[in-house]
Amino acid sequence: MPEWPAQNKYIGQPTTRVDAAPKLTGRARYSSDIQADGWLYGMILRSKWPAAKILSVNFDKARSFPGVKAVALARETPFTVRYYGEEIAAVAATSKQACLDALHALQVTAEPSERFVVREDDARKEGSPQVWEGVTNAPTPRERKTGDVDAAFAECAAVIEGFYTTPVQIHHPMETHGSTVSWTEEGVTSWASTQGISSVRDGLAGSLKLDHSKVRVVTDYMGGGFGAKFGAGVEGVLSARLSREAKAPVRLMLTRFDQALAVGNRPSSFQKIKLGAAADGTLRAFEMENYGTAGIGAGAASEGGGGGADLPAPYLYKVPNTRVKQTAVAVNAGSARAFRAPGNPPASYGMESAMDDLAVKLGMDPVELRLKNDPSPIRQREFALGAARFGWKQKYRKPGSSPGVVKTGVGCAGAAWPAGGASRQTQGEAQINPDGSIEFRLGVQDIGTGTKTVIAVVAAELLGLKPEQITVKVGDTDFPPGPGSGGSTTCASISPTVYDVCTKALQQMQTQSGLADVRAENWFAACKKLGVNPLVVHGQWQPGLSSDHACGVQFAEVAVDTETGLVTVIKVVAVHDCGLIIDKLTLESQINGGVIMGMGYALYEERVMDDLSGVVLNPNFETYKLPGIADVPEIDVVLINMPERGVIGIGEPATVPTAAAIANAVANALGVRVSSLPITPAKVLAALGKVPATTA
Amino acid sequence: MNIEWQTPSAHSRRSFLKGLGTAAVTTAAAQAEAVAAELEKANAERTVGPGPVPVTLKVNGEQLKLLLEPRVTLLDALRNYSSLTGAKEGCDRASCGACTVLLGDLPIYACQKLAVEAQGQEITTVEGLAKEGKLTKVQQAFLEKDALMCGYCTPGFVMSVTALLKQNPHPTAADVKRACAGNLCRCGTQPRVLEAALSAAGIAAHRTTNTEVVNA
Repeated sequence: MPEWPAQNKYIGQPTTRVDAAPKLTGRARYSSDIQADGWLYGMILRSKWPAAKILSVNFDKARSFPGVKAVALARETPFTVRYYGEEIAAVAATSKQACLDALHALQVTAEPSERFVVREDDARKEGSPQVWEGVTNAPTPRERKTGDVDAAFAECAAVIEGFYTTPVQIHHPMETHGSTVSWTEEGVTSWASTQGISSVRDGLAGSLKLDHSKVRVVTDYMGGGFGAKFGAGVEGVLSARLSREAKAPVRLMLTRFDQALAVGNRPSSFQKIKLGAAADGTLRAFEMENYGTAGIGAGAASEGGGGGADLPAPYLYKVPNTRVKQTAVAVNAGSARAFRAPGNPPASYGMESAMDDLAVKLGMDPVELRLKNDPSPIRQREFALGAARFGWKQKYRKPGSSPGVVKTGVGCAGAAWPAGGASRQTQGEAQINPDGSIEFRLGVQDIGTGTKTVIAVVAAELLGLKPEQITVKVGDTDFPPGPGSGGSTTCASISPTVYDVCTKALQQMQTQSGLADVRAENWFAACKKLGVNPLVVHGQWQPGLSSDHACGVQFAEVAVDTETGLVTVIKVVAVHDCGLIIDKLTLESQINGGVIMGMGYALYEERVMDDLSGVVLNPNFETYKLPGIADVPEIDVVLINMPERGVIGIGEPATVPTAAAIANAVANALGVRVSSLPITPAKVLAALGKVPATTA
Repeated sequence: MNIEWQTPSAHSRRSFLKGLGTAAVTTAAAQAEAVAAELEKANAERTVGPGPVPVTLKVNGEQLKLLLEPRVTLLDALRNYSSLTGAKEGCDRASCGACTVLLGDLPIYACQKLAVEAQGQEITTVEGLAKEGKLTKVQQAFLEKDALMCGYCTPGFVMSVTALLKQNPHPTAADVKRACAGNLCRCGTQPRVLEAALSAAGIAAHRTTNTEVVNA
């Protein structure tokens, strides 16, 4: 079984991003920056109705405009649209302005329907408009049971009940979805903003009825995905069809407006939880009824996990008697997709809120209650480390007992990421040149997590070179295949693969050069002996170098202004493990990012829809609020290095517990719980009885 | 019910007024038309478009000669009519800051300036900062502090911080936060942008993040 070296020069140390300079100077070409020869601009016309039958689209006027080169219907007419923002048609023209003119000139004949529903509660009612004809919006909940819940509750010393809700959250990567597609006689090339070049190729080949060998997908740089960018997408297929008609490459990037409507979201959750414990805090019984919406669908399947509305429950804790009923409710809104740790942030919010409510009822310290019931030795250690680091004992006081108008409070929550692990099919290759330069080629993509840097760090360590001496190329389906960047699997997939490539490279170099040690200072002499031809070495993922099941706990300190209702996060202590640390610097950035995204989920983010018109009211950044630089708290990261576990991903666990920890801190500050995310000033004031509660 | 999707551009002002169809409106319309005609005459020599017009932009010290419709924004001129794609489009409506460039020393959203209006001014994009391949202090600090992840918002942050340090070489943390208030990042680089900005200004060790590694 292979093993990671015990002594490391680069692995576990901070290494700056190998592609930082191109990104900082504007040299990096993102998918939306591609300017293929003779490229055209593409745009999509979307439904302004939440439900309608599209009978026909008249393109005549648009076609007559100078600059308009191609048009395409999203589907053959007549067809049904089921949400505000669903694709109707697309145009390609010589400029953005010409596209805008053309979209205005499209004449759509439609039968709009009044039969639509956008609120989860309404969709569940008897006689509600059906999103899919003849299919109930809310199927009978699936039920899971262990033990005897009712008997167990009867014997509990303390029982709490709560109704905890979370909103639909939008991914909103800074670069929108889209691609430039060129369709010629030779085949299709797609420069796609994607987390999965292979899944985009698969999707395009399937939709366009082409051999895989005729479709190439390239992603040199892309601007974030968070789970929403795996497939070819309607927009990708449309740009291909436009390209074929126009006989020119078409760049079709979505607008921010499009982004909010049609390319994924995190499902909402409405969690009715009942939790009971013995007097010593041992959890005895758990009951949950949960529903949430994944929009018109159960969510697009993806390598990052499903986009369904079900939650893991009772999440982290061992409870002998449980009853869990869950269902997904269809509404007339864009479909959910995998979103950073699907299911986990809402599950953490619901369960960890219930845990704190139970701790209050038991008169127990919330950390003690967790230590009592968490079966994970790693999280036990993390709670202990984090509590000490945070100063929990000094900071925790009775809920609502903080004096003054601006009240402070503290809270904590745990994370689990049972997915993770690695894609065992991952392959890679290295080309070693006679001059000693070396290039690694892997068919993965760097979505901002530092994938290229991880490859360089591992290769430098094993070859005795410096990370900057390693050229890394990813994001091309012509390279040996790798996984989509989802499920926090990339690091654990590529690190063992690069290990294998390096091991084989060293063996072959020894044979070819006749040198006993070809590493480090001997590298260039050994390469010279290759003659004229470079050496290309192929490798693949090997067992024993990676594992799965990351944990993590976070502590939050907040200040809540009881006159304005504004919540400020002062500090977050994040304690995480991901096995063997590869690059400390990019790892810290992942955790910062997880905390900040979790903070947005806790306090700001929510898709707002109007139930009368079926329209999304905040399809932009002015009204869909993301955390800004002034909102960001002090973040204190504690990393437990566990080389014996091998490499584990971190992207997802880092964002799981933040919202729950912040929500618990707010409850601790106020002495009452705001049991609905996001915790807006209006909800805080309503919880304090200062303003009437509004219906969500 | 079949309805035609009538879009705004399907109506001219004239047809709108006609639709109202009373004598009073007709009179008012005639007067309005007359005023419009007068204005058009007065502005004749200053009016350009709607077709493409020659536009000269001075970007990163070089003349960029383009033929653009007057409605083309500075951002579109850079990204779609030149190879300068460093300024990014994140929203195209002045809310994300990914398109931040300098107009003189002033950071602006390139999506909110028409290219024709930007003529005659010194425009600096992220491509114009590093001279002869050497990163500026700001870029170097971003690199060292890892103040970037996917990097799509990064050019905007770099420009905002560059503008701040030109105007105020010794900023406080609050100054940096104010300067970057118009830049969004979804990956969560904000704490490290703050550290990088202060580090570039030579202000030591302002840490909003801290990390400790514990060995198992």
